[in-house]
Amino acid sequence: MISVQNLSKNFGSKKAVDNVSFRVERGEVLGFLGPNGAGKSTTMRMITGFIPPSGGSATVGGHDVVNDPLRAKRLMGYLPENAPAYTDMTVHGFLNFAAEIRGLSGAAQGKAVQRVVEMCFLETVLHQSVETLSKGYRHRTCFAQSIIHDPDVLVLDEPTDGLDPNQKHEVRTLIRKMGEKKAIVFSTHILEEVDAVCTRAIIIDRGRIVANGTPAELRQRSESSGAVTVRVSGLKGAELAQRLRALPAVRQCEVVGDGEQRATVRAYPRTAPRNGEFAALVASSLHGVVIEELHTEEGRLDEVFRKITMPDTQA
Amino acid sequence: MNSTLQNVKTITKRELAAYFTSPVAYVFIVIFLLLCGFFTFFVGGFFERGQAALGAPFFNWHPWFYLFLVPAVGMRLWAEERRVGTLELLLTMPITPWQAIAGKFLASWLFLGLALALTFPVVITVNYLGNPDNGVIFAAYVGSWLMAGAYLAISCMTSAMTRAQVVSFILSVVICLFLILCGFDPVIQLLEGVVGARVVEFVASFSFMTHFAGFQKGVLDSRDWIFFLSVIAFCLFATSVILRGHRAG
Repeated sequence: MISVQNLSKNFGSKKAVDNVSFRVERGEVLGFLGPNGAGKSTTMRMITGFIPPSGGSATVGGHDVVNDPLRAKRLMGYLPENAPAYTDMTVHGFLNFAAEIRGLSGAAQGKAVQRVVEMCFLETVLHQSVETLSKGYRHRTCFAQSIIHDPDVLVLDEPTDGLDPNQKHEVRTLIRKMGEKKAIVFSTHILEEVDAVCTRAIIIDRGRIVANGTPAELRQRSESSGAVTVRVSGLKGAELAQRLRALPAVRQCEVVGDGEQRATVRAYPRTAPRNGEFAALVASSLHGVVIEELHTEEGRLDEVFRKITMPDTQA
Repeated sequence: MNSTLQNVKTITKRELAAYFTSPVAYVFIVIFLLLCGFFTFFVGGFFERGQAALGAPFFNWHPWFYLFLVPAVGMRLWAEERRVGTLELLLTMPITPWQAIAGKFLASWLFLGLALALTFPVVITVNYLGNPDNGVIFAAYVGSWLMAGAYLAISCMTSAMTRAQVVSFILSVVICLFLILCGFDPVIQLLEGVVGARVVEFVASFSFMTHFAGFQKGVLDSRDWIFFLSVIAFCLFATSVILRGHRAG
């Protein structure tokens, strides 16, 4: 549904987005990750046709956003960063305006407004002026606007920004549910969201795509992915680590926790393990030791994120 | 075509509603009507003249009222959208920038038309007291509204230039002041002493004053209304260029 090819954007001499390409099909929820200023919003603004690209192209449902903007925009719902809304209108008025400009009228308009009001829990503030809304409600009002015409493609720039944990949960559930039938792109800083919502994630740094894969694939690129963490009782951490280091398959071993009666140690494999063979190996080497817990690390997204985008924050 | 009109109508409706949900609209109308009343009857000397006409005591002041009042109406058009960020929302809707510009301009122009129409008691007064040429009065009203549109288009353009409404206001007052003064009699007399008559005529032909004068006499000269309409068209075009410039970054 969304196809982005070699998209670039220069602001003066600064390359905000540099040769970005990706596709999003129906039924996919694509998470867009990256440090602040990485070019997430700029990319989204180009897809939605707000700013023209300096190079490359973006099409939505087969319609080029530059050459055929109206058709592309009709297919799309967009929640801009910071969720702007007309402060001089009531929530009801604003949603009706959004519906009307999307070509809905009469009974269909009323039904569409009714539907999004229920989906976004806006009943209590329906006749309140947007200006007086709290941030969470304003955010949901703008979100409601983006789904009012039940679009095939949704572009959401930080949809959970500024929401409380309950609201975040609601919005994530909503995105995941809608993602079954739509193509959704959303940007976020929050890594747990990627696991909760995305079918695929892209990490973008300094305008370039530096990683693209399912959350599980991305996690595998983490340092700790495949490592085995074991907790035992009756053995000191250092002793345990020594025993594990003796194994040829262990590349490195670190003591994570060391108490009076129990110790936790993480062992890293030399080669990427499959089907838990490394865990079995670790377990069998600890003959006669009481193992309280043993598990293979899946890897952590924040580690991957830091590893990939680190040079930026240091520079 | 149908959907174009529909979109323009939707935006116009929203913008008009936006004027009336804040007290600004009412304050504006009251100030405009008070100024009109005061200047017509006290400063303009409506009664002392003893003539059943509105040209000198009433319409003469309009270019000056508009100088401050119209930029106040137009300053928020784009500056506010950019400040709040709703511009991004508006321009990613399935509408063309032209529809947005036309819709917003039309809303403000209709609003100014409403304020102007509310001066109708002056017309009733003059008809009660004497037998004025209502054709001339009608022509002057049309001219005044067209002139207001030209002022408004300039404010619309300056509003697109900045996020700050105050900056937009000042810029448009300066531009409008220039367009008034280049046809203002004292300035013309001053110029005549320095440069040739042809140059003076050329400069004066850019003035709102010069072109409004025709309407006040009841003459609907095509040069006059084409002038105002072309100022409007030019400024709205400039608005679209400025907006595109912002988006291109």
